[in-house]
Amino acid sequence: MTILVVVEHDRGSLAAATLEAMAAARRVAADLATDVSALTLGAAADAVASVLAEHGADTVHQVHHDLLADYGPEAWGEAVAQAVRALQPAAVVACGTDRGNEVMAQAAARLGAALVVNCNTIEVSAAGDATAQWTITRSRWGGSLLERCTLVAPVKLLTVTHHVFEASTSPGAGSVLPLPVELEAWLARTVVAERVERAAGVTLSTAPLVVGGGRGVGSAEGFASLEELAGVLGGVVGCSRAVTNNGWRNHTDQVGQTGTRIAPDLYMACGISGAIQHWVGAMASKQILAINTDPEANMVTKADYAVIGDLHAVVPAITNEIRRRRAQA
Amino acid sequence: MRVLVCVKRVPAPGAKINITADGQAVDTAYLAFTTSPHEECAVEEAVRLIEAHGGESTALTLGPGDAEEQLRYAASIGVDKCVLLPIDSDGSTGGDWDPQRTSDAITTAIQGIEAADGAFDLILFGNESADSGNFQVGIRVAHGLSRPMVNGIKGIELGNGGVRARRESETGVEVYVLPLPAVLGVKEGINLPRYPTLKGRLASKKVALHVVCPSGVVGGQQMITLVQTAEKASTTVVLGHGPDAAPAVVDLLEELGLLK
Ligand SMILES: Cc1cc2nc3c(=O)[nH]c(=O)nc-3n(C[C@H](O)[C@H](O)[C@H](O)COP(=O)(O)OP(=O)(O)OC[C@H]3O[C@@H](n4cnc5c(N)ncnc54)[C@H](O)[C@@H]3O)c2cc1C
Repeated sequence: MTILVVVEHDRGSLAAATLEAMAAARRVAADLATDVSALTLGAAADAVASVLAEHGADTVHQVHHDLLADYGPEAWGEAVAQAVRALQPAAVVACGTDRGNEVMAQAAARLGAALVVNCNTIEVSAAGDATAQWTITRSRWGGSLLERCTLVAPVKLLTVTHHVFEASTSPGAGSVLPLPVELEAWLARTVVAERVERAAGVTLSTAPLVVGGGRGVGSAEGFASLEELAGVLGGVVGCSRAVTNNGWRNHTDQVGQTGTRIAPDLYMACGISGAIQHWVGAMASKQILAINTDPEANMVTKADYAVIGDLHAVVPAITNEIRRRRAQA
Repeated sequence: MRVLVCVKRVPAPGAKINITADGQAVDTAYLAFTTSPHEECAVEEAVRLIEAHGGESTALTLGPGDAEEQLRYAASIGVDKCVLLPIDSDGSTGGDWDPQRTSDAITTAIQGIEAADGAFDLILFGNESADSGNFQVGIRVAHGLSRPMVNGIKGIELGNGGVRARRESETGVEVYVLPLPAVLGVKEGINLPRYPTLKGRLASKKVALHVVCPSGVVGGQQMITLVQTAEKASTTVVLGHGPDAAPAVVDLLEELGLLK
């Protein structure tokens, strides 16, 4: 009764999130006194077996099939379902990324089994016993609320919340075994057909500095001073949903539950009230500076630093001060 | 063509999400309700598809009877028909159904509608519901109907008897080409939803509401209680007031090594 980890990769390139799922699986396996195995889909992923062994995989099951040469939610979900029927694991764990949740939901639908996504803690009582109780804490509302739930199912299908379990090494035996699957040709209907690669560069999710603007910016043109500040600091501009809803900026700039999660060294939140759905997208920032006319705004009371005042005066003053000091240096 | 869009009624909390004393629900005493944002965009997309290609759009929700409000919103921006699956008609609280039960009930309801009125060419869901975030109902429904499904979609184009669907990945954009009938999970950002006009709002009141009693088999995930997240205690250092605070801000940037 192994704990099986579904390995996420893109044409052979391992998603680091998988190693978080490995760490979670090792904990559950320890509670149940069992081992950890990993499942890789597609020949391109064969090469990651050694990394999986370093992170605790005692067995790596490798599935080879033409339909798995690239990602496809239905083909991947069907392959996972067949692997579950063949290997009868106690639990199957993936990381709760877009693909992780999607593949596990496809597999769960095929197995007619429950799936609990975005788990933060997994407790198993009466270990090793068929009557073991599985009690889980999971993320709701994009992480701003938690749910405790029970999971009753012959095989426990789980994904773990991204960035909750820390990846760590712990050598496993890493024996490699081929696992045959039968995939029908029509599953090709949801395999990636084309892709457009993005030019490399700083993005909202990776930028070291984000200058965010909210309803307080007042208009699309009002963002010019935020652009300028971000420009002199090599950062990028983000925004709240009030801004995208008003059509002032593109949704790709939106920070929050239904936008992008940011984690810069500094987030400068200008004219943003700090609604919980915005906050969950910004809270991984190392430092937060709020610029707001309202000293009681949630963004201000939760921030590390604040300037109380009109952003239209404060933001250009900061840019000027930076230019002044640089000119002196 | 026929398009179905499945939406969920969710509360719209502000600075904090409070829970009821029994821990079973979000305390909505002082909250407004809204359509889950991804689905708000799915509704807009359904209306645009019908505007471009002709046909009929339907909005469906499983939820408390009050979720009629979200169906009326969909109708006010142009959806033609509304289907409500009320989960509180038996006098229960109307609390969330688990994802297996929800998808079972929605699948059965869709099969009933399709048997009477013909198949939907496209069924849209939100990528995940804003509140419970189980990331699976649309996928389970698609499987129940034996239709292709891709989640996380930020672009839809119809043509050649199929649908081209785009989604963002870490490295760029992935394109999927699905045959119809198909199911897609939509993400916010696919479009900018219009605001309902007064005329639309008035018209939405006249749209017939088709009520179907939902039935679904209870699944293996059962909530015990909701729990608040631990809040990190913070003390805010006020660097100053107005533009005079600029030097203090730039000192901070220097300190943080951001002023290269
Ligand atoms: C399910 C759901 C998901 C959501 N997802 C997201 C999401 O992903 N991201 C997101 O951002 N929101 C999201 N929201 C919306 C969120 O609840 C808030 O409505 C939104 O974040 C508010 O944006 P805001 O702070 O810009 O506007 P407001 O709340 O209106 O705040 C404006 C702020 O600007 C300040 N201000 C005004 N003028 C000035 C000035 N001249 N100078 C300085 N300060 C000024 C005001 O004091 C105020 O604090 C979601 C909502 C729901 C229901």
